[in-house]
This record gives sequence, structure tokens and C-alpha cells, in this order.
Amino acid sequence: MSEIILKTEKLCKNFGGLKATDNISLDFERGKVHAILGPNGAGKTTLINLLSGELLPSSGRILFKGYDITDARPEKISRIGIGRSFQKTNILPGFSCLQNCWIGAQSCLMTSMRFFRPAKHLREVHRRADHALQLCGLSSKRNQIAATMSYGEQRQLEIAMMLATEPELLLLDEPLAGMGSEESQQVTELLKELAKEQTLILIEHDMDAVFSLADTITVMVDGAELETGNVDQIRNSKAVQDAYLGHDEEDAA
Amino acid sequence: MHTVTRPIIIFLCICLVMLLLFPAVGSPFYTELVTRIMILSIFTISLDLLIGFTGLVSFGHAAFFGIGAYLLAILFNDVEHINYWWSLTLTLSMTGMAALVIGWLSIRTSGIYFIMLTLAFAQMCFYFFFESPHFGGDDGIFLMNKPEIMLGSRQLVDLENEHHYYYFVLAWLVGVYLFLSMILRAPFGHVLIAIKANEQRVRALGYSTPHYKLVSFVIAGTIAGLAGFLEAAHTSFVTPAYLGWHESGMAIMMVILGGMGTLFGPVIGTFIVVLLQDFLPGFTEHWKLIMGGIIIGVVLFLPNGVAGLIYSLTNRLSSKSKEAGREHV
Repeated sequence: MSEIILKTEKLCKNFGGLKATDNISLDFERGKVHAILGPNGAGKTTLINLLSGELLPSSGRILFKGYDITDARPEKISRIGIGRSFQKTNILPGFSCLQNCWIGAQSCLMTSMRFFRPAKHLREVHRRADHALQLCGLSSKRNQIAATMSYGEQRQLEIAMMLATEPELLLLDEPLAGMGSEESQQVTELLKELAKEQTLILIEHDMDAVFSLADTITVMVDGAELETGNVDQIRNSKAVQDAYLGHDEEDAA
Repeated sequence: MHTVTRPIIIFLCICLVMLLLFPAVGSPFYTELVTRIMILSIFTISLDLLIGFTGLVSFGHAAFFGIGAYLLAILFNDVEHINYWWSLTLTLSMTGMAALVIGWLSIRTSGIYFIMLTLAFAQMCFYFFFESPHFGGDDGIFLMNKPEIMLGSRQLVDLENEHHYYYFVLAWLVGVYLFLSMILRAPFGHVLIAIKANEQRVRALGYSTPHYKLVSFVIAGTIAGLAGFLEAAHTSFVTPAYLGWHESGMAIMMVILGGMGTLFGPVIGTFIVVLLQDFLPGFTEHWKLIMGGIIIGVVLFLPNGVAGLIYSLTNRLSSKSKEAGREHV
């Protein structure tokens, strides 16, 4: 078994009486794609928000490479190498693609409290921003204003901004949400490309994408972990079929 | 985000030349009025850093203008030879400290709560000076002597001389403009502008956004203090009205009218508002009605202020050269 990059121990998050995350203990391995599945309201996004520091857990611990990051805020989490993308497109709409990625790339500086030299002279930031745009296939759109791009391209930009921070671990919250089949094909290819070198934690509704990408799958129901295993185990699991896949087919029909 | 294009630079240079030549043709009254407008412009430009670039609508910015003015008047009230550099350094560092304290408490909130909190702090400062007999109370306080700008033993600028003071203030205005342009082009400025657009996302990208907002608040407060210092040295007289919410509101209006997020827009806004206040009463008794109408008109028809109009005009003029090399970050 390879190195555990991220680990949660008995992680809980309550909103009033609602247990949005219920006693989740998971190990995420370096270099693998770990997908989290579950019906709507299963607490997947809450889990990502806990991991990325947007929310603080009610109890339990989160360990990144052995360090306790349970109480770390989002900016700290990003600085230590965990990047996240958002389910709802969360970009800087009035800015060009390059400017959007620039902000992510600039976090390679020790601090951006630098007041004198113009930022555009920073070569390393340029390199990172260009690299992120290139990975996401947006190089040709670098000067286009983000708000004027198609929805699919905005989703790609969302990922590019995260990649510009050059994270070690990527938290992707439904990167394919609301995309047409062609666009989602494109982004799936991108994710496959990323998966070759990076560690991904992926929340996604698109079954085909999940089964083609993931090394490990965790199924969540009502905030709790139902089952974790590889693709075949999950596909053949009776409990999972009852809880999730079954419903999904009924809904589809 | 507005970038300063070449036509805008040409426009600004023309404005600068006009300002440089103005004392030669203008009457002493208007030379003094323009001096005052330029001092106010330094104040509104600093507010633009908050409203237009950081997304912090401060309704108490006049507090720092007033604190800067009062500090000079209080600390050097009966000093015979005020050393300019020493008094400036002391005033600005203390105004900066005040901005640090008020900012530290205020930036924890956002939106309407931030507006209310900054207003409350400014009113606190207002009533402190208004009700303190020691500092002149509601009558205000006089500064007996003007600061002397010495370089060695030679007097560099004579502040009693209206023309000297005019150019002195103009130099400060240009300096403040260039300083703010510089920090906005630097990495710090990029983060600020992004915070205005989407603070949550900027945090998620690894920036401790409260720190950046606080630094911006302190810079803006210190520059407002500079404007107050210049005003007090100009008129030798400070009243509590300098800190009132009315002043803060006027400053916001000037920034919006001129075009926020452009730096030069607030300067234009200040010129328009003060000159209208000067001209309109000559036409009619009900000049405030006309003034209000003009402001409503600008807000309705020029959503980006006068600067927005200038941008769209220059863009139309230079639409041919638009294609080539427009890569800016």
C-alpha cells in the first residue's frame, strides 16, 4: 500500500440536528483517484468543505501527510498544497482567463504583500499561469473575459485556477456538473491527464466518468460512509445497489 | 478591471499640463480653489483604493482626513518653527495607527455592517473633537504657524505663497496617484482587485484576505491623513466638520460620480462637484436641486462615472489599434 496523503478520523459535522457528515474515517492514497459517490444530500460537498477548510468539523480530525490540519482555514489549506474546485462555478467573472489563473499562480510567492515591482515581471507566476491554462486547453482564450465564455469553458477555468496553485492534492467538487456530453468528455480527458501525476479526490454524479477514472470509490449515504472499495467491488456491492444505483436507475426511468 | 491605456495616459498628461499652467492664467481666488480641490482629490483617490479596488465601502473615511488635520493642529499648535518633514511623519504615522485600529475592528464585517461600523467609528471621532474643550470643541482649532519646508538651512517651498502651495499640492497629488498605481500593478494590487471580485475564491487560492484588506485600509487611511494634513497647513484652521459623515458621504459621491476603480476618476469627480458647488449658486437659489439632478443623471446614464465615459470615448478613437498586443494582467 502506498503512502497515505490525507486521512480523516471520525470526522463529524452537525448543522443543528442534522448530521451532514457522520463519523467519516477515510484514507486517501497518494497518486490515486478517490471518488466519492452518493445521492443528493448525502453530504459529499460538506465533506469537501471540511477537507478544504471552508467549514470546521464538529468533531474528529483531518491529517495531511501526518500533520493535523483540522482547524486550518481555507487559505492555509491551499498554501500547504491542497487545491479545490467548486461545484458552482466560482471564478472572477470580469477578468480574463489569464488574470483568473494569475491569482492562483501568484500564491507561489512567499507573500503577495509586495508593493513595488509590477507583478507582470514575475516569470515564475507567468509560467504557472500559462501551464495551468495549457493543461485545461484554454491557452487560446487567455485574454478572453471569463464571463463571456461558455459554461463548459468556465468549468475548465475553474479547474485551471486551482491547478495554477500547483497543489499536491486536488479536491474536485462535481467538475462535470451541468455539462453537455461533449464538454464532459473533454473534462474527463483532462481529469485522466491530471490523474497520471496527481492525487485526486473527486465528487461526481456522472457514473461513467467515475467508473472510468477512479481507483477507489467511497459511497456515502446520509452523511455516513456506506462502503469503500475499488470499481468492481462497488459495482457489484449489494448494499450500494440498494442505496444508490438502484434509485438512480429508477429516477432515470 | 480598468487598465490604463495609451489614450488615457495622453489624456492624463494633458490634464496635468493644464493644471501646471493654471496659476499663470487663473485668478488668485481660483488658484486657491483648485489647490483645495487637489487636496480633496488626494482624499477621494485614497477612498477609491477602498471602494473601487478592495470592495470596502467605507462611510467613515473622513475620520482619517480629520485626524490628520487635527493632529497637525494639536501637536504643533504653538510651535514657532514647525519642521515640515517631522510633523508630516508624526501625523501620518499616527493616522496610520488610527486606521490600523479602526480597520482591524471593521474588516471583520462586510457589506452593510462594514458601512455602519466605519460610520460609527467616524462619528465617535467627530464627537470626541466636537465635545473636547481642550481641542477647540465645535469652534475648531487654529494652527498658529505654517510648517516650514527646509532643506538644510534653505527654505524649499514657501507655504504662505499661494502659487508655491499650489505646485506643492499638485506634486503630492501626482505622487499619490503614481504610488497607488504602483501598488495596484504589484502583486499586492492583483490580490486586492481579485478580493473585490470574489473574496471566497481568493481565500481558497491561498490568500489570507483579511490581512490584505487591512493593509489596504491602512494605506487609504494614511493617505486621507495626508490630505487632512495638507488642508490644515493650507487653511491653518480645523473644525470637527472635517470628520463628519457629511464629508464621508460627499467623498463617496465624488468617487462614484468620477468613476470608481480608475484612480483618476475620483479626481475628476472632485473637480466636478466642487466647481458645481462654486458655480451653481450664482445662477439660482435652488442650486442644490440642480446639483442633485446632475448626480442622478450621471448615476443613471453613466454607470461607470465620468471616467467610464472617457474610457468608451478613447476606446472608440483607438478601436483600430485595439487588436494589437492587448495582453495585460
